[in-house]
Amino acid sequence: MSKNGEKLFIKGNEAIARGAIAAGLKCYFGYPITPQNDIPEYMSAALPAVGGEFVQAESEVAAANMLIGAAACGVRSMTSSSSPGISLKQEAISYLAGSQLPTVIVNMNRGGPGLGDIGPSQGDYFQAVKGGGHGDYRVLVLAPGTCQEAYDLVIKAFDLAFKYRNPVMILGDAILGQMKEPVSPWTPEKIDENEGHDWRLCGAKGRKGRILKSLFLSEGSLAAHHEHLQNKYADMAEFTQQEEYQIDDAELVVVAYGSIGRIVKSTIKKLRNNGHKVGLFRPITLYPFPSGDLKKLAEQGKKFLTIEHNLGQMVEDVRLSIRTITDSDFFGFLPGNLPTPDDFEEPILKSLGGK
Amino acid sequence: MSEQEILAFDKADALVDIPTHYCPGCQHGVTQRLAGELLSEMGLTENTLLITAIGCSVFLYNYLNVDSVEAPHGRAPAVATGAKRARPDKFVLSYQGDGDLASIGMAEIMHCANRGENISIIFVNNTVYGMTGGQMAPTTMVGQKTTTSPAGRNASKEGMPIRMAEIIGQLGGTAFSARVALNNVKNIRKAKKAMKKAFEVQQKELGFGFIELLATCPTNWRMTPIKANERIEEELIPYFPLGVFKDLTVETEG
Repeated sequence: MSKNGEKLFIKGNEAIARGAIAAGLKCYFGYPITPQNDIPEYMSAALPAVGGEFVQAESEVAAANMLIGAAACGVRSMTSSSSPGISLKQEAISYLAGSQLPTVIVNMNRGGPGLGDIGPSQGDYFQAVKGGGHGDYRVLVLAPGTCQEAYDLVIKAFDLAFKYRNPVMILGDAILGQMKEPVSPWTPEKIDENEGHDWRLCGAKGRKGRILKSLFLSEGSLAAHHEHLQNKYADMAEFTQQEEYQIDDAELVVVAYGSIGRIVKSTIKKLRNNGHKVGLFRPITLYPFPSGDLKKLAEQGKKFLTIEHNLGQMVEDVRLSIRTITDSDFFGFLPGNLPTPDDFEEPILKSLGGK
Repeated sequence: MSEQEILAFDKADALVDIPTHYCPGCQHGVTQRLAGELLSEMGLTENTLLITAIGCSVFLYNYLNVDSVEAPHGRAPAVATGAKRARPDKFVLSYQGDGDLASIGMAEIMHCANRGENISIIFVNNTVYGMTGGQMAPTTMVGQKTTTSPAGRNASKEGMPIRMAEIIGQLGGTAFSARVALNNVKNIRKAKKAMKKAFEVQQKELGFGFIELLATCPTNWRMTPIKANERIEEELIPYFPLGVFKDLTVETEG
């Protein structure tokens, strides 16, 4: 598939599709929606070519439910969509989490609410990290900022999904999906094909039938299931990932993720050249959220500004992380407009100068 | 066993030896028994992936000793599609009631059949939502009183009962579609034969296999089991005719 040293000039969407196939994807189920159509389009040709299954489902609902069947069989499966489509998938995502089925779901966030627009936005943060479906559950959420990172994180997403038996979401946006960048493809040396795991459905040969379910009716059994899930989510919290840029001597730490984090980085480069002590903290894992590392920065006396392409969502997690020490300012760039690095200069300088 | 005793009837190995939770006179138990017997007789028990759906039928996974996964409301055909695409070598069986399949899950069943997924779906039509307490279903008869049609189903406001076996029979990907009834021994025997056909078309990879069973729900029909069986004969069968609506094995053979 990919040769060492090979460089591709591809869109973020294609990077995600290629990364998934490199990670051993067996089944992809999707439904067209802008701005992620490059993913199902790429999959429709490339996945059957490597012996996988591609199904264009009748709806986002059906596509997400097909994941339940494939994930229950213990194969690597994936769907992708964009905001309104992800809302339709939430029923199945709740079931996947409740039944502890590993799969990867990609959301290339567009503008909302409702039909919104097809441009970039970060309006689906709450839906992604707080569990957009019904019931108490969590989905691991990874937010790439570059096409290469998108490729790398999809591979990681499959490993995490099977490690924790949990759905993993890649949260990108229309900027990441539609921009082209050089990507160095790679293939993991060892792919866990999940053989030998004791939960997947493969036919009850010489043993009792297995049941993968989220229905727990007898007294106490749902509580016990929740206790198990809670312990699992606590284990997940062990690993967090972020990019820290110019942060050591920074007086102000700007917290921003995904494409916006990357644009903010350009603003910070410019401000640094002008002698301003600002740095970037770009969470890559949105759930679990890197609260511990943010708190350490708060303990060092740094000030915080959260910048998002929405009306203020991740800022709540930033504030929860540092609440015992300080607070965070917030600047929300309104969805429906496309930001440039210049748009963030004034809010950053304002926070830097504020008390 | 003494010399005079002859073992004439035994439990199929696919069936788990526990009492079922169904109401007296409910025919889910009969359907599940037939499914279990067929899995055993056809040697499919150890190779089956069962998709259980919503309502009274969800507990089938407690009664059949096979690998199974739970589907959300109406989505069993999509879950079954995912399972079959992931493991095409497995026998994939799904089991849905009328509210589940013909109402919330109408899109999933139509497209699954139309794609010709090599799976078998057992559809239990008792003209009412059972587990949720007797509300109107898409198959509820005109005039039938339910908790959400207290004056009886009104065709001008609520439409006519949907005939699924005929609709599924029209779709290109369907290999077998039939309707049977469970109201007497003769019909139960015919039901088993038809279910076997629905299983066989999957084994032969001919496409989608669909079997609709007219079944009783004495509790929500407010009837004795005997009266409920009579209702199938007198009221249901005239509107939901028994028969085979598509059988690709006949077309290919003859």
